[in-house]
Amino acid sequence: MAITLFVPRDTSALSMGADDVVQALKFQCQDLTDDVTIVRNGSRGLFYLEPLVEVLTPKGRVAYGPVQIEDVESLLAQGLLNGNSDHPLYLGLTEEIPYLAKQQRLTFSRAGIIDPININDYIEHEGFSGLSKALAMFEQGSDNGQQKIVDEIKTSGLRGRGGAAFPTGIKWQTVLDAKSTSEAQQKYIVCNADEGDSGTFSDRLLMEADPFSLIEGMIIAGLAVGANQGYIYLRSEYPQANIILEQAINTAYQQNFLGNNIQQSGQKFDLEVRIGAGAYICGEETSLLESLEGKRGLVRAKPPLPAIEGLFGQPTIVNNVISLATIPTILAQGAQYYQDFGVGRSRGTLPFQLAGNIKQGGLVELAFGTTLAELINDFGAGSYSGVPLKAIQVGGPLGAYLPENQWATELDYEAFAKIDAVLGHGGIVAFDDTVDMTAQARFAMEFCVAESCGKCTPCRIGSVRGVEVINKMTKAQQQSENSAEELAELNTLLVDLCDTMVDGSLCAMGGMTPIPVRSIMNHFSDDFVATADKFNAKEIN
Amino acid sequence: MTTDEINYKIQQIVDNKKNLPGALLPILHDIQHEFGFIPEQAISIVAYSLNQSDAEIFGVISFYAHFRMKQTGRHVIEICRGEACQSMGSGALEAAAQSQLNIEYNQTTKDNNFTLEPVYCLGNCACAPSVKVADKVYGRMNSEKFTKLTDTLATYKINVGELA
Repeated sequence: MAITLFVPRDTSALSMGADDVVQALKFQCQDLTDDVTIVRNGSRGLFYLEPLVEVLTPKGRVAYGPVQIEDVESLLAQGLLNGNSDHPLYLGLTEEIPYLAKQQRLTFSRAGIIDPININDYIEHEGFSGLSKALAMFEQGSDNGQQKIVDEIKTSGLRGRGGAAFPTGIKWQTVLDAKSTSEAQQKYIVCNADEGDSGTFSDRLLMEADPFSLIEGMIIAGLAVGANQGYIYLRSEYPQANIILEQAINTAYQQNFLGNNIQQSGQKFDLEVRIGAGAYICGEETSLLESLEGKRGLVRAKPPLPAIEGLFGQPTIVNNVISLATIPTILAQGAQYYQDFGVGRSRGTLPFQLAGNIKQGGLVELAFGTTLAELINDFGAGSYSGVPLKAIQVGGPLGAYLPENQWATELDYEAFAKIDAVLGHGGIVAFDDTVDMTAQARFAMEFCVAESCGKCTPCRIGSVRGVEVINKMTKAQQQSENSAEELAELNTLLVDLCDTMVDGSLCAMGGMTPIPVRSIMNHFSDDFVATADKFNAKEIN
Repeated sequence: MTTDEINYKIQQIVDNKKNLPGALLPILHDIQHEFGFIPEQAISIVAYSLNQSDAEIFGVISFYAHFRMKQTGRHVIEICRGEACQSMGSGALEAAAQSQLNIEYNQTTKDNNFTLEPVYCLGNCACAPSVKVADKVYGRMNSEKFTKLTDTLATYKINVGELA
């Protein structure tokens, strides 16, 4: 009998020992009369259960996890291959695991289900149906096919998932309308895969679990605006995503989904992965373009917008991985279907990423409008350490730290803006009660020191001064005599410094670094500098 | 490798990629992949071939954390310092790793086995804290697991015959 097992090959599963589990399974199954195939799928995003081993049964896929190498023998002895429920690691049908069943998966609908580099698997799971719809628009309407695609994206209400939340359809319209200055009428599609924010991994998971959806989204973007060259700018910290993307792109070329005359449609699109080199700032779109051009990643002043003068001075769409990977769903299911998810002006779904000190970390794709409390309690199941949670940082290193009384805020762009926070790329990092809030504020500034591109003074110098001021506050507090007055003065200085950075920085790096600092000053004032003795004395000097 | 051989190799790498649009980063990646770092003489070879100045090439190399101009130890261990890892005790892990290896960040152990580097986010935030060695990420790292990891990495297979 033929038996199919699934063990993920995404970075998180591998980091928890998935390869060892595969080796053990192969070794222990080699003498069986049954024919056992192990598919290396992507992760479902239930990282607290990785490595998750699944077996295909007549009822559906049955899951076991987290499986360690020493569990393999007993799993096999207790009927793993038949999907038996006798083992303590038995989780039942994968689709019925509450963490997964409660999600609204659109962009991640195939993640963990298919073999990421098997194009037939992708096609069998409705892959490329968005592209077919897009190509059909050209056949029917001849000259306005491009406009039809862009209109579809506009109607869907999709906003860029990279963090700035700019309406994707409007960006595309600008590129469609822009005139290329080159004779070749060159325009570009650039995928920003420089996911540098701590606590975010949805781009990585998408590229490792379902790379064809990103490729498909980029081809559609190319068709929509008349661009036939695409680049995926991938950070060097993601080697596994690189391997999987390269394999997928090669296959897409072989199967004529990339290159000349895509599926005999007369359309052309080329795609290449470019690797970054460890600079957080290159996640900022203009700095990313500089880097792609082979320069230091210094931000450009805007205007001109990249949509008008982007890569090599030509009109360029720069979109995040998730934005692009959502495009096929919008075209396949229709703009209205997508638009029906969400609240207010935040339409569709966002893959939230639960990370840090959380018991059940992972990827949760839900429509906008849920709350942090729901995510943390219903999905995350509280802190990993067992100590109560104290602060949640949303939106990466430049996002605010939220105290418990803000956890009921609806997760939508406008609601977050109202409380001086940002949703960013949907990264959620939980901290338990042992966190030193002064150290976190100081780290925000320190991170900006390390990662500023250096082009503008508020960011380059402001961040250095920020670290200094917080250090001085710490010192002043330790020398308790007359410190109250000095602390108050330093506090004013820090507030001024934050204002200067917000108002004077060229890009979001300097402009947003004060967000975490201010949130700590406002909401955790009792803790700010109060726990100074936890600092390593050597670091302060 | 002699200097001439190194120069030849660098020139080959440059010639392979120099016609790509925005060729510099791919070229630098290839050079670092070949040698483990970017040899000093690469600067003028690359600059000449791309019709740029030495200063421009050096400016790019020094801008990016990934590029280095010095040889590392046999294994480069990167410890993630992102907030998610911090919330799970990466600070204590950093301290333990530094004291165990008796080096600070961006230093190499005397036996040339390990170089320690900070990294800001490996995207493994739900299984924090994380450490990366070459292309492999290790999740839920702690000081005991770190000791085991370095022990495994420092173990060589030597055939008895070779000892003689």
